[in-house]
Amino acid sequence: MTRRSLISITDLDRAEIARILRVGNRFAEVMQRDIKKVPTLRGRTVINMFFEPSTRTSTSFELAGKRLSADVVNVKGSGSSVEKGETLKDTVLTLAAYAPDVLVIRHPAVGACQIAARHTDAAVINAGDGKHEHPTQTLLDLYTIEREVGPLDGLHIAFVGDIAHSRVARSGIRGFQAMGAHVSVVAPPTLIPRDAQEALGVDVSTDVADVADADVVYVLRMQLERMGPGGFVPSLREYAATYGIDHARLRPGQRVMHAGPINRGVEISGALADDPATLIERQAANGMIVRMAVLYHLLAEPAAAVEPAEPIGALAE
Amino acid sequence: MPARLVQRPGPAASLVLRGARVLDPVAGIDETRDLVVRDGRVGGEADGLEAIDAQGLVAVPGFVDPHVHLRTPGREDLEDIATGTAAAAAGGFVAIVAMPNTAPVVDTASVLESLLERGEHEAAVRVGFLAAITAGQKGAELTEQVELARAGAAGFSDDGHPVADAGVMRRALQYQRITGLPLVLHEEDPSLSGRGVMHEGAVASRLGLGGIPSISESVAVARDAALAEYEGGRIHICHVSAAETAEEVRRAKARGVRITAEVTPHHLTLTDAAVESLDPSRHKMNPPLREESDRAALIAALADGTIDCIATDHAPHAFDEKEVPFEEAPFGVTGLETAFAACHTHLVRPGLMSLELLVRRMGADAAAALDLPAPTLAEGAVADVALLDLDGTTIVGEDGFRSRSRNSAFLGEELTGRVRLTIAGGQIAWRS
Repeated sequence: MTRRSLISITDLDRAEIARILRVGNRFAEVMQRDIKKVPTLRGRTVINMFFEPSTRTSTSFELAGKRLSADVVNVKGSGSSVEKGETLKDTVLTLAAYAPDVLVIRHPAVGACQIAARHTDAAVINAGDGKHEHPTQTLLDLYTIEREVGPLDGLHIAFVGDIAHSRVARSGIRGFQAMGAHVSVVAPPTLIPRDAQEALGVDVSTDVADVADADVVYVLRMQLERMGPGGFVPSLREYAATYGIDHARLRPGQRVMHAGPINRGVEISGALADDPATLIERQAANGMIVRMAVLYHLLAEPAAAVEPAEPIGALAE
Repeated sequence: MPARLVQRPGPAASLVLRGARVLDPVAGIDETRDLVVRDGRVGGEADGLEAIDAQGLVAVPGFVDPHVHLRTPGREDLEDIATGTAAAAAGGFVAIVAMPNTAPVVDTASVLESLLERGEHEAAVRVGFLAAITAGQKGAELTEQVELARAGAAGFSDDGHPVADAGVMRRALQYQRITGLPLVLHEEDPSLSGRGVMHEGAVASRLGLGGIPSISESVAVARDAALAEYEGGRIHICHVSAAETAEEVRRAKARGVRITAEVTPHHLTLTDAAVESLDPSRHKMNPPLREESDRAALIAALADGTIDCIATDHAPHAFDEKEVPFEEAPFGVTGLETAFAACHTHLVRPGLMSLELLVRRMGADAAAALDLPAPTLAEGAVADVALLDLDGTTIVGEDGFRSRSRNSAFLGEELTGRVRLTIAGGQIAWRS
């Protein structure tokens, strides 16, 4: 049986997203307990394939699998046969031979998960493919906003910064819109993708003052590693002065998000990054909970089921 | 100096196509009758010849492709002269011209002569070879173009590695006065294309793929048209993909620049929306598939003669080189076997272009773009005939390919319009 995958945030409809967020709430309760482990995915195998550096996503996926009692194996780009020139297809075929239930894939190339899904029956979860998508980031962002700010419907979220290279923005825009939020982008003209308004259905501004309209200011990391030669901005100093978010550029009540890792003093001031009023730490903490909910959604939940009844410890038992 | 086109020797065709619609728009022929081919030439007595029932079929002058990649020498695992010309014959082509971006590059007379010699033994249809403009296609020093011309080069091109240095291009245009051979130009400004892998537009913005902007092509054409005008040179623009480029060519022609241009079947029939597939085997090529407004502009430019002809840019690649993420895959799709069917299905049948015009643009006009002799059905001419079944359908790839590669943009698609028979250089080259 080919399992259902999560490659794009658009693979989920509004009801499914809402269900995953509700399951997340249940798992959040579990995390309050003394023993933070449930038997939900006992006997299942999750292989994490990370072909790009990652701290948050890889750690939270590993912990999510383990807290659901799955067998979790981690494969890194460095130290694996990928370094010997093995293609993605061949790596996937090899790992598929071990009959995993889930492949979690982080890869520098757009569409890597589609290729993987063609060569395995396992569920494929996109943990970030190049500049394309990062759907579990969007789910944890939605979860964080819903808990900390309120319902998405009618909320205004502004992405600020390097839209062009951001998979966080590309999934986030569509996921937030699907849940009824209004999304705008604010960035230097060199970091706004061509025809962004038409392509992404967002308001586009090059004036940082326009973040004032937003309920949530979502600061994007300057992805220096994806920019290559040619300089999208004259200097990080000028970028920080023109588009960097600090307390002075915010009005009271605005909430700040960042998917991390942050470049202190570039897209966000150090003082703001350390301000507990931002949602940045909540995002990191919620990552594991939401990834537990995603694994549950793809593996444990029967197709037509509603969210689990309490007690959560009895899930799938 | 004339280009050399070579073909392997074989028995001269003698047959009669009974009751065909005989259509040669250039010669002014359009009538339903028998078409006789005797001893490899058009015309003569039908008595005693093998008769083929061609009722309901259309006999046209065979097609000419000024832009193919035969991967020989160096990557014969992808294509060689025998398989590439067999693919051409299956697509109704009677003459093709191959690009020099091989390994080694065709930049010396000895490499060119070895290819011409192989062509004399292996080619099912006539084949000619372009030589490089610069040594190793590195864009720095001109090749020995007089010697290459004497050896039979069909023209000069650094296809895929556009000459970035305007001064070098100017020297090539000056030197062209000796050889008289066309300079065939893949037009792209690498500083604008950057690391792009598809058309820069809304689809690329959604997919997060790096964009190749239309202006990367059009500014290069503007530069080279200005250089050609200044030097009185003659240039042929490869695979026009963008509306802006068609406009540059139109402006250059209007002021008298000696410029011709080609467009591929895939740019005439597909748009960047197809790239949502993220399948590089079908949809990654350079120049990239662009927007519907570009496609419409290309069709209009081909119709009004701004763009002179159709060329396939047949670019074979190994299936597993293409089974990688989109950004990592090589550019290029095959095209010889599907060119007519794709254009017939997507241009002629919906009424965007007449069959007569398509036949001209794939035949006489394609030959003229590289100063090659035009196939014709006129009495006494060497027989270059494609027999077309306009109602016949195929699912692309279902019967395999004559090409050694299968990276077709139309793989799996049902196309209407089949080539039943190809007579090339007076020999039967394809029959189905």
